[in-house]
Order: sequence, then C-alpha cells, then structure tokens
Amino acid sequence: MPSQPLELILARQFGDSLSMPCFLVDPDGNLLFYNEAAESIFGLRFGETGGMRVEEWATVFTPSDANGNALVPEDLPLVKTISTGNPAFGTFFINSLTGERIQITVSSFPIMGRSNRLLGSMAMFWKTKEI
Amino acid sequence: MKIKVWGCRGSLPTPGPENTIYGGNTSCIQVTHGETCIILDGGSGILRLGKYLNPNVKEIHVLFSHLHLDHTMGLGFFTPLYNPSIKVHFYGPSTSNEPLVNRLRRYFSPPLFPVRLSELPRHPIIHELNNCQFSIGEVQVNSEYVCHPGATLGYRLTAGNSVFAYISDHELQMGSSNFPNEPEWTNGYEIAKSADLLFHDAAYTSKEYMTKIGWGHSSVRDAIAFGKMCKVKRLALFHHEPTRSDEQLEQMLKKSTQNLKLDFEVELCAEGMVYELE
Ligand SMILES: [Zn+2]
Ligand SMILES: [Zn+2]
Repeated sequence: MPSQPLELILARQFGDSLSMPCFLVDPDGNLLFYNEAAESIFGLRFGETGGMRVEEWATVFTPSDANGNALVPEDLPLVKTISTGNPAFGTFFINSLTGERIQITVSSFPIMGRSNRLLGSMAMFWKTKEI
Repeated sequence: MKIKVWGCRGSLPTPGPENTIYGGNTSCIQVTHGETCIILDGGSGILRLGKYLNPNVKEIHVLFSHLHLDHTMGLGFFTPLYNPSIKVHFYGPSTSNEPLVNRLRRYFSPPLFPVRLSELPRHPIIHELNNCQFSIGEVQVNSEYVCHPGATLGYRLTAGNSVFAYISDHELQMGSSNFPNEPEWTNGYEIAKSADLLFHDAAYTSKEYMTKIGWGHSSVRDAIAFGKMCKVKRLALFHHEPTRSDEQLEQMLKKSTQNLKLDFEVELCAEGMVYELE
C-alpha cells in the first residue's frame, strides 16, 4: 500500500484532533478515516471497520429524507463533492449502527493540495436532532 | 552513484575550530553518476563544490528541497552560474500560486544580492516539481512533498539498483498519524523505503523536540525510528544544529543509540564524506 500524500496525512491528523465528527475520503470516494467523534455517532469503530468503498459507506447508514424516503448516494453532500470537486452541504437522516435514527447536517469540501492537486475530500457533520 | 557531502549543517553556516569534523557549511550534496551531475540544495557548501567542479561538466541539475535561506544562500557564489558554457537547471517545489522563478528571484535581487537572475550570462532553466517522477540522464528522480513549513520536497534518486534518499528538513511526528507504526500514514515513506542510503533531518534531541514541535524538524530518535520503518541500509543524520559542536553531536548520537539494537548503520553526516553506491 503506497503511503498517502502529506495533505491527507495532515487532514487525518487534523480530523483526529477534533471533537466534531469528520470523514476523510480519497479522490475515488474510498473512506480513509473517520475520527472518534464520528465513531460515537455511527456506533462503529474505525479500528474495526477500516476503510470502506463509497458504495458501502454511502448505504450502510441508510440515509433518508425527512419523510423516510431513501436517499441515493448521489444525493449525499460528500458524494457530490467527490463527483464535482465542489463544496456541498445538506441535512438528512441516518440510522446509526446501533439502530438509532438521527438527523445530521454535513458540510463537505475538496482537499486541493499544493500545486492544485485534488487529493480527496473531507466532510464535517453535526448531529442536529434525535427522533 | 557517488554522493559527496559539501554541507550538512542546518539553519546557519557555523565555521569554527569546534566544528572541524562535521563541518559548518549548510546543505549541499553532489550526486555524480556517469556524466550526470546533480546537486541537492544550494546552501553555503555549494561555493566549494563550484570551485572544485570537474571542468568537463557542461550541464548541472540543482534540486532544491525548499527555498529556506540555509538551502539557497550559496547560489550567488556558485561560479558555474557565471559561465555561459555551462547549462544549469533549477528544480524546486511548486506552490499553488507563485511560480518558482519568482521565489528564486527574491534571492537574486537587491538588497539581498546585487546580481539579478536575468543578469546571469545564461538564465537557469526552471522546473517546478510536485509529487512526481522524472529522469536526469540515467538517474531516476522521485520527488514528494514532506512536512516542513512552506513547500518542501524529499528526493529519491535511483541509478541501477542503488537508491539514495534525501529528506533534509522534515518533521516526522507532525507528518504521521501513528508514528512510527503505519508506513501508509507516514510522510516520506515512499521516498526513503529500502534506500541504500538515507540522509534525514535529525536536528534535535528528544528533549529539545518537545519544545520545538511544529518547527519542521525531527529528533535523532525519530530519524532512527523512521530509518528502521523504511528498512534503509544506512542512515546519515543531517541538518546539524548550528549551536552543536563536534563533541556535542557525537554525544547526542551516542545517547540516542544506546540500548538500541539496530540492523542498519547510523552515523552523523559529515562535510567531505563520500559515499559510493553500486
Ligand atoms: Zn534547513
Ligand atoms: Zn527549512
């Protein structure tokens, strides 16, 4: 496994030091890291799951809108950022792995490294309300 | 590949009777392979390199790790730049906005230096690098951004089966998620892995590092742990602190390696030293 570019290592270091939940993905959307705060929302530990492909993480939490309609991956802010390279924002519901239905708000942005290289994307999210 | 050290001091040239073994000139390494002449960094050591350069050399490739003063301060005194029959290439880290040539022009301009880049008899050819791979003659060069304030590159030079890695200024702990355990998440690993010879920043003792986190340099212990992780065959500790005498450097190495069982060589880089990699 080749080592990650400096910018992603620093992004992981940054995420790791935050108490706000965060996700870090590579340019193809593969989940590289989520921090402890994210672990507590999802009820999953990074050390146990490791990385996940976009099809996995975009569906494993069964994202849905306020009416309970399932969201396709393309509707998720982080997936939008991966496919367009632009920042995105959104609020939706997920089922945590402990079965809890929670509302989260997500802000995602691309990681443009030195020399304008697109190296991945990062998402920060907040638990907005519990049902 | 023949590797000659013309300067391995960090931050500031430190001539003096207490520094005769390891030398006082700042970063400058000459790599020769057949006809190819590569220079890593243009610190104060480049003056003597220029003075003793083989007169048959007509093309020189200078690779800058970054543009901090200790890595560029010798450039204006590098005589081949004033010889129109020698073609000089400058390679350095690309940033997102300002071209490398503009950043180099800051050095080559009053009041820092009287001669402008455009006034040289032959303008150096500028190459901007990021994480990339290219060849100079028979030498394959890989460059990668490393963790140090401002855009900074590490270099991996491969000729035949031999590999020389150069990471002059690098803060290992800052650029790693779980140092020294996960190569995938350790910055610089790709540059140094399995190298026959690694020159790596080892500016501080472990105790000093605790008060200098974020300054962009590593401790001797961390440099050794990195060498071990990368399975290098030989590690030369680089970027000696200007305040440290020969005696103090030797004590520092002794203290940092005692009780360590190492299966590779660790030594202090010294000015004038020559390595031959087959
Ligand atoms: Zn330096
Ligand atoms: Zn520096």
